[in-house]
Amino acid sequence: MADIDQTALLQFLLRMGDNTLILGHRVSEWCGKAPVLEEDIALANTALDLIGQTQLWLGYAAEVEGEGKSADDLAFLRDAWDFRNVLLVELPNGDFGQTLMRQFFFDAWSSILMPRLANSSDPRIAEIAEKAAKEVAYHVERSADTVVGLGDGTEESHKRMQAALDYLYPYVGEFFLSDDTDAALAAAGIAPDPASLRAEYDTFVERVMAKATLTLPEDRFAHSGGRNGRMHTEHLGHILTQMQWLQRAYPGNTW
Amino acid sequence: MVTAMQRPSTEQVWHWLNEIPDPEIPAISLTDLGIIRDVAWAGDTLTVTVTPTYSGCPATSLINFEIETALRAHGIDKLTLKRQLSPAWTTDWMTEEGRAKLEAYGIAPPQPAGGPKACPRCQSDNLERLSQFGSTPCKAQWRCRDCLEPFDYFKCI
Repeated sequence: MADIDQTALLQFLLRMGDNTLILGHRVSEWCGKAPVLEEDIALANTALDLIGQTQLWLGYAAEVEGEGKSADDLAFLRDAWDFRNVLLVELPNGDFGQTLMRQFFFDAWSSILMPRLANSSDPRIAEIAEKAAKEVAYHVERSADTVVGLGDGTEESHKRMQAALDYLYPYVGEFFLSDDTDAALAAAGIAPDPASLRAEYDTFVERVMAKATLTLPEDRFAHSGGRNGRMHTEHLGHILTQMQWLQRAYPGNTW
Repeated sequence: MVTAMQRPSTEQVWHWLNEIPDPEIPAISLTDLGIIRDVAWAGDTLTVTVTPTYSGCPATSLINFEIETALRAHGIDKLTLKRQLSPAWTTDWMTEEGRAKLEAYGIAPPQPAGGPKACPRCQSDNLERLSQFGSTPCKAQWRCRDCLEPFDYFKCI
C-alpha cells in the first residue's frame, strides 16, 4: 500500500462510517411503525446491516486515529460538527415513499462504490467493502423495486414519489463532490475519485426512474457541507439528541 | 490446563464445534452454517477463526460467547477467537447436512437461483415471495400457493 496521510485516511473512514451510522439510525426510526409488518422487518434488517457496516468502518477509523477510542466512542461522543456523513442521510424520513427514495439514492451509490473499494490498496478497506458489497446488492434490489412499485403505482403513490424525488434529488450531488482528501486517497489507490462514479450512477438512476414513471429534475444543484464538515442541516443535531442521550447522561454505561 | 502433550486434536475441536447450535436457528450447528473457517493450535493456545454471516447480525457476539463457553467446558483455557471478513461468508459454505436439517426444520435452504426450490412442507414449487427480508438477516419470507403455508427461505449470498 502506498503511503497515505493518516488524516486523509481517517476522514475517509469517518465519511463511510458516518453515512451508514446516520442512515442506519434514521431507518431504525421506522421500527414498529412501518405500513405493514413485512416492510417493518425489511427496514429493521436494512438498518441492522448499516449499523453492522458502521462498526467495521468506525472501528477501523478509531484504530487509525490512534487515541485508544472505540467505534462506540466515535458514534456516541462526537458532536454534530465532527460528523462527516452526506446531508442526504440525515434528512427526515418523511413518508414511507420518501424513506425508500432516500434509501434507493444511497443504495445505488453504495452498490457502485463497494465493488470498487473491494479492490482497495488498503486490505482492511477491501475486506470491509467485500463484506458490505453483498449486503448492499440485496438492499438496492429491494429499494429500486419499491421505488418502481410506488412510482408506477396509484395516482397517490406516484404523486408522493415524485415529491420525494424533487425534495431529495438536490442532496444526491454531494456524493460526487471530490476534494483534496479524495485526491490523496485516489492517488494512493485506496478509494476511487467520487466524481468518477457519477456517470454509472446517473445511468442506473435514470433507468430506475424511467421504469418508475418519475421525472428526474434537470437542475443539478447540489446541497453540500456534510462530508467535508462545513455545515450540516439542522436535522443532524436532533438525531444525535436521540442517538447519544444515554451515553451523554450515563457516560460509559454498558448493557 | 492444556499442555502440548494432552491438547485435543483439531478434529476433536471441530467435532465439539459441530455440537453448538446456531443461536437463532438451533436446528443447525455453527459448522453446518459454514462460519467456522479455521481451527488451529499455536503452542498451548487454540485459535478459532469465525466469519460473520451479515455484518450487523446480532447473533455474532452470542456465537462467540457460545464457542468460548463450549470449548472452556472441554478444558481449553487459552482460546483466541479471530474474526475474518475476507473471503466474505457465502451460503455455498453451508454443509449438505446443514441444508437437509434446515429443510426438515421448515426453512427452505438457499438456492443459486435466488428463491426456494420447493415448499419445505408439501414440496410444491408453486411459490410466491412475501418479503425480501425475514425474522433474521439471513432469511426472506415466502409462501406456498398450494398448501398456503408461509415459510422462511434462507437467502443465498
